[in-house]
Amino acid sequence: MGIEVQHVSKTFGSFKALKDVSLKVDDGELVALLGPSGSGKTTLLRIIAGLELPDDDGTGSVLFSGEDVAKTHVRDRQVGFVFQHYALFKHMSVFENIAFGLRVRPKRERPSKNAIADKVNSLLKLIQLEQFANRFPSQLSGGQRQRVALARALAIEPRVLLLDEPFGALDAKVRQGLRTWLRRLHDEVHVTTILVTHDQEEALEVADRVVVMNQSKIEQVGTPEEVFHNPASEFVIDFLGNVNVFKGRLEAGKALFDDVAMELPENSRFQTGQANVYVRPHDLDIDRHRNGSRSLAANIERINPAGAHAKLTLLGIDGNQIQVDLPFERYTSLALKQGELVYVSPRKVHVFAPEYMI
Amino acid sequence: MISSNEIRKSYTTAAISKPKSHLTTYWLAMGPGILITLASGFILLFLVLPLAVIFMEAFKLGIGHFFKSFQDRSAWHAIQLTLIATGISLPLNLVFGIAAAWAIAKFEFVGKSVLITLIDLPFAVSPIISGLIFVLIFGLQGWFGEWLAARDIQIIFAVPGIVLATVFVTFPFIARELIPLMQEQGSDEEQAAISLGATGWQAFYRITLPNIKWAVLYGVILCNARAMGEFGAVSVVSGHIRGKTNTVPLHIEILYNEYNVVAAFAMASLLALVGLVTLALKSFLEWKVRQDFKATLEPTLAEDH
Repeated sequence: MGIEVQHVSKTFGSFKALKDVSLKVDDGELVALLGPSGSGKTTLLRIIAGLELPDDDGTGSVLFSGEDVAKTHVRDRQVGFVFQHYALFKHMSVFENIAFGLRVRPKRERPSKNAIADKVNSLLKLIQLEQFANRFPSQLSGGQRQRVALARALAIEPRVLLLDEPFGALDAKVRQGLRTWLRRLHDEVHVTTILVTHDQEEALEVADRVVVMNQSKIEQVGTPEEVFHNPASEFVIDFLGNVNVFKGRLEAGKALFDDVAMELPENSRFQTGQANVYVRPHDLDIDRHRNGSRSLAANIERINPAGAHAKLTLLGIDGNQIQVDLPFERYTSLALKQGELVYVSPRKVHVFAPEYMI
Repeated sequence: MISSNEIRKSYTTAAISKPKSHLTTYWLAMGPGILITLASGFILLFLVLPLAVIFMEAFKLGIGHFFKSFQDRSAWHAIQLTLIATGISLPLNLVFGIAAAWAIAKFEFVGKSVLITLIDLPFAVSPIISGLIFVLIFGLQGWFGEWLAARDIQIIFAVPGIVLATVFVTFPFIARELIPLMQEQGSDEEQAAISLGATGWQAFYRITLPNIKWAVLYGVILCNARAMGEFGAVSVVSGHIRGKTNTVPLHIEILYNEYNVVAAFAMASLLALVGLVTLALKSFLEWKVRQDFKATLEPTLAEDH
């Protein structure tokens, strides 16, 4: 089922949690709402679920398959909502938790006892917790609890699955496993899914499309590839991973910063003036010798060679810190030492003109 | 004899391990002993002794006399009236307490802090005043006095007044017990239930109630003890009509004033018994409620597989 959010705003007291947000999610898509805390992503999710009502300003609406659900209560929206802290029913077994949504149905819609048991068992199989049916939530690990919460939401055959920071309370290793598992599950079940996360890696890895949010607004919507490689704003490039910022200027289609002059892409929006130049650590290369005009002199301050990339922290001549991720082979072949003077050259830059304040 | 060498040695060790350390250790060793003696003395004097006195006085003239005290018609009536007043005020406060706690803990609304303060009002004012409030409202000279008299409805100096006073005084017990627990539990589980299609009533009945059942029982126990033992407020509205508007505590006072010590203490021993049972149940329930709290605060994580 497709979901459309149109011009939705939400105010809590004097705080604007959402400012005129519009978003379209296609049927069967897995979309991640990504942003720092307080960016409005959870509010947007709760509004879609019906747990929160948008401001009644006459413009905002939420459509499920084209039908306005403003007047539809959470109970009747058929959304599967998964909470950050699981919100499992403590006093019920795993089985009862999953069966809950079926058991509370009005008598004439309620499946028979056997049908409920079949459904729950098939879901237990799906989340690979068949042998835990009789356990209580307190006897499960965090990852298992979240899987139960997911199964419980899926039991009502929701039209849309809404996940609020589902893996936020878990440790890194479990998160990684659940991420892959969630993606596989989605490919199997194919229910429209919206996932809220502040973890950019999670969003980029799991989602078909990523919605980057900041300060109650949507900054960019795109595939993981688009938002990562063609960030639409300084916020997006800054939020999606480490990045070096250089103060520079634009002249005749070139970005000039320190001693470097980089050709700008032809469709660049900015032509002349002040600009911030962003370079990802892995888009920087290091050389022992000056490489034309396209390099910066810098001293190696710290080296962290643990990982596929050697992570280097350099100190530029002007005192700026520069982060460089060097492929490990490159790092070993150069045999770099701490304190050495080297030359750094960018392969790819992103240029943004700073916003003017009047 | 100790050699000067040894003296010096012990002196230096003492100096190294901080001066006055001997004194401190001495106090540390003695401190608990003194405190424990003091505390035990207090408990003996103020708790155990009075309790023992009640039962001793009640059985002073033998077990036969003890039971004879209850053969009095007015004594039975007092017991009945106490049970009636408690039987009516408990369910009322149960419903009110759960409703108020549910509203306060799970919803945001205007006037919430006022409601929280109001719930505590019966704790804050003297029971005498609580009683007087009802006399002023429903008494013959009170606001509704004439109106009620014209319709031949008697509230003050009758059972309804006693029930009203009891309800008022025991008002906070259940709500106060539930509010912190329910606030701690938040409303995530209820929201989950609603999103799964449950109605508000189903969410309350299947999710909220099981999560607070021990705390509810705890509140009920305390409320019950207070309702049975309430003296001040009930005394004002009852009028002390023997065999008609006397509750157990009031009856005890009357018996005592009539120098009927054995009967007074026999009745008192009933209340004391209720108190002891309350204490036992209370400590059991406290343990259960703490478990509920713990379940919300620090969910124990099993190993990840």
